[in-house]
Amino acid sequence: MAKYIIKRFALMVITVLIIATLTFFLMNLLPGSPLNEERSTNEAVQQNLEAHFNLDEPLIVQYVLYLKSIATLDFGPSIKQPTETVNSLLSRGFPISAELGIWTILTAVISGIALGVFAALKHNGLIDYIAMTVAVLGISVPNFVLATLLIQELAVNRDFFPAATWSSPAHMVLPILALATGPMAIIARLTRSSMLETLTQDYIKTARAKGLSPVKVIIKHALRNALMPVVTILGTLMAGILTGTFVIEKIFAIPGMGKYFVDSINQRDYPVIMGTTVFYSAFLVFMLFLVDIAYGLLDPRIKLHDEGGG
Amino acid sequence: MDKILDIKDLHVSFVTYGGEVQAVRGVNLELYKGETLAIVGESGCGKSVTANSIMKLIPSPPGKIKHGSIHFKGKDMTKLSNKEVRKIRGVDISMIFQDPMTALNPTLTIGDQLTEGIKQHRKISAKQANHHAIDMLKLVGIPNPDERMKQYPHQFSGGMRQRIVIAMALICEPELLIADEPTTALDVTIQAQILQLFQKIQRETGVSIILITHDLGIVAKVANRIAVMYAGKVIETGTRQEIFYHPNHPYTQGLLNSVPRLDQKGERLIPIDGTPPDLFAPPEGCPFTARCPKAMEVCSRIYPFQTELSQTHAVECWLQDERAKKYIASS
Amino acid sequence: MLPAAREKETHHHEVPDEWFKPKEKDEQQAESVVRPSLSYWQDAWRRLKKNKLAMSGFFFLVFLGIMAVFGPILSPHSVSEQVLSNQNQSPSVTHWFGTDDLGRDVFTRTWYGARISLFVGLMAAFIDFFIGVTYGGISGYKGGRTDNVMMRIIEILYGLPYLLVVILLLVVMGPSLLTIIIALTVTGWVGMARIVRGQVLQIKHNEFVLASQSFGAKTKRIIRKNLLPNTMGPIIVQMTLTVPTAIFAEAFLSFLGLGIQSPFASWGVMANDALGTILSGHWWRLFFPAFFISATMFAFNVLGDGLQDALDPKLRR
Ligand SMILES: Nc1ncnc2c1ncn2[C@@H]1O[C@H](COP(=O)(O)OP(=O)(O)OP(=O)(O)O)[C@@H](O)[C@H]1O
Ligand code: SF4
Ligand SMILES: [Mg+2]
Repeated sequence: MAKYIIKRFALMVITVLIIATLTFFLMNLLPGSPLNEERSTNEAVQQNLEAHFNLDEPLIVQYVLYLKSIATLDFGPSIKQPTETVNSLLSRGFPISAELGIWTILTAVISGIALGVFAALKHNGLIDYIAMTVAVLGISVPNFVLATLLIQELAVNRDFFPAATWSSPAHMVLPILALATGPMAIIARLTRSSMLETLTQDYIKTARAKGLSPVKVIIKHALRNALMPVVTILGTLMAGILTGTFVIEKIFAIPGMGKYFVDSINQRDYPVIMGTTVFYSAFLVFMLFLVDIAYGLLDPRIKLHDEGGG
Repeated sequence: MDKILDIKDLHVSFVTYGGEVQAVRGVNLELYKGETLAIVGESGCGKSVTANSIMKLIPSPPGKIKHGSIHFKGKDMTKLSNKEVRKIRGVDISMIFQDPMTALNPTLTIGDQLTEGIKQHRKISAKQANHHAIDMLKLVGIPNPDERMKQYPHQFSGGMRQRIVIAMALICEPELLIADEPTTALDVTIQAQILQLFQKIQRETGVSIILITHDLGIVAKVANRIAVMYAGKVIETGTRQEIFYHPNHPYTQGLLNSVPRLDQKGERLIPIDGTPPDLFAPPEGCPFTARCPKAMEVCSRIYPFQTELSQTHAVECWLQDERAKKYIASS
Repeated sequence: MLPAAREKETHHHEVPDEWFKPKEKDEQQAESVVRPSLSYWQDAWRRLKKNKLAMSGFFFLVFLGIMAVFGPILSPHSVSEQVLSNQNQSPSVTHWFGTDDLGRDVFTRTWYGARISLFVGLMAAFIDFFIGVTYGGISGYKGGRTDNVMMRIIEILYGLPYLLVVILLLVVMGPSLLTIIIALTVTGWVGMARIVRGQVLQIKHNEFVLASQSFGAKTKRIIRKNLLPNTMGPIIVQMTLTVPTAIFAEAFLSFLGLGIQSPFASWGVMANDALGTILSGHWWRLFFPAFFISATMFAFNVLGDGLQDALDPKLRR
């Protein structure tokens, strides 16, 4: 297990390093980038930049110092808003985005698994067809379309939920729905197919032949094995949800990190784009790391054999 | 001897996209206390479906027992509710599946899997259940059973896993053990050990065994009686001597001819020319007609009825009819 | 016994004697049922045809392809023609899908959008395919240390957050049709490479098995006839599923202002332009692009699922 964790950890560090390096050199390549020759009209901004990126040093020194600042979680200044830094935006926006993200994950995982399990148990039945059609629809409809539909139907036409901002639980319902539907559909499909596969295994037959009740067979023997693949895609799903927050926060005017990120793209606030990208990547890679470890804990075969999660 | 199992005219079908697969089409079988009955036949002839039907383990849908009765110790299993059947599963009848690699749940410890059956059916403490499981592991020859209880299936070899599966099946002291190709996935030396284990257990516990296999070598070694299946029917049954030395059905004869020497253990069956009929639309007459070297006009038209050659030996073939015998004698 | 069988039994004595004559050999031959043997692709096609959902997806995509080519011709309006007096008109006889805020014809723009979205999706799928086949093929074929190193690289690339990298690249390169396709494929091929490698390993393994069984000259034929088609299945399915991913990614990028720029329009750009206006009642501006994005994704997804089932060798009978 220790070896497994170390291996995963090393992979995580390398990945973050690659992203940081990529950002740094791309930023240098960028015509008119702040790091080439910024013709900023604002003296304060220029000073911020020079201080953060050590622009008077040679490139290689810049690079090393840049990596160092990232290692100390300092992600750089903004050029459009002289009073802000990536860190100040993060400390305001990230908690809100995290809240949205956590609720979304919970909703997607719980409802997706439930839907998938029911569909598998009623294989080829009506519930199966309905659940899977809903799931394919959920995958097919982009979240910004779904968000707009939800606002139109449930906030404007019928006054069930408020249409925007993030100030009460009622405000959270529509954004979470819009964001969770896609991942939920993916989980439901995966759970269903892996559950169907698991149900044909001999150990399920063996468990039934022991005289266990169907509920026990499913919960104790089938579910745990069937959910393994779901655990492995959680990392990818989190990445999807994270990028989804860009869209959803913008549409619902939620003052989260995603909204700041989209604004920075629209305003071409390069240091913010770069800093946020590195932060997001590091965050996601860390999540993947946690998921891998969770998987290692769930699957006894990994502890000894150190097969990795391939 | 006591008859503990009596299957009469069992019909089992699966409804699939392509139509209805008539997997079992009128099987009759009897089993007596303490004996080993071997069911042999080509792949797809309905051996597993017959065995699974006994404990009502046919996946439904698509499967369905369409007709017939399965009396276990006087009770008709086909008429019992699911709850009543569950009280019999694992307690009175146990089942072992082909592949020990997949018959154990990879995410649960051996101890957990061994004891869950007995915990379900008997009112005993976890400690007692553990003791019992350890005793069973000793019986099937697993060294260091105490430590082994805490391990996972992947930490055992194939042969050991099959021993564990057997221990698991025997833990509630069943009267009937159904083993569906228990040694097919194992290599030859391990096969021999497992077979010896079966014989030892039968001596010690008096359990009746239904053994399903492709392997006539195994059959020759352990079976008291043999049922030969073809296309969803039992076409010949008899004692080991009757089947091996006086096979009457051309299919049985073909099976035996395809094995060069019977006393060679582990010899695999070489299939007879041709393939069995499609069970979506099984033929009206004898299903073996297309491959039978002795087929007659009547064979493709009408299914032959059963002829009893002795108290224990029965065959379903038109060659037993007087009129066929006359033609053969005259030629 | 079933009633029908019982009835037959009672008639046994009526069976004519000559039915008991042993049969001649050639008579017997005629009886053995000849089963039509279908090739892998015929078999897969037969099964795909039975899957109504997948087939409806297939026909929708055919329709979409035709309309992407000929759709704009059907309408008298051009993509970029702006009639300022005709802003935000609801669907009518002159403008079948209505007009947008610049008075452009939504019908024409929708089919232009189809061209762009399909082009982006298909190009992404084909480029992924080429890089993936090359990389995965080499990795699987060489094996050993080369394979090890190449798989490590893939493992790292796989860990990169896909859309973030795409955003980063587009911010740097500036959005255009070409740069979008480049950005989408820079890390997109990784999944394909993994699949191809797996399939190559399988072929190698089977080739080895076949050779060791000394099939001789037959080996090549078997590889061509059985193995290649069997291993093509997962690759085709992966390609089918890459297209909607790319279309979705393009729509997402449009939302960030990193999509195709005017006067051309992808569905993503059209939908994004319309997002704000739906509340003012101009539903058609969002409806048509959003509908076609969703329907196309749906069609590709169900077709991909159907292909997966149809091409799965395990399910053949
Ligand atoms: N779940 C199922 N759905 C559809 N058909 C089935 C199902 N289970 C079994 N069958 C069909 O029933 C027939 C008999 O199958 P069975 O598993 O009993 O064969 P078998 O004699 O045990 O063969 P093998 O030696 O390969 O295990 C086969 O034609 C099979 O296709
Ligand atoms: S009934 Fe006819 S076809 Fe069938 S085994 Fe007997 S002789 Fe052969
Ligand atoms: Mg079987």
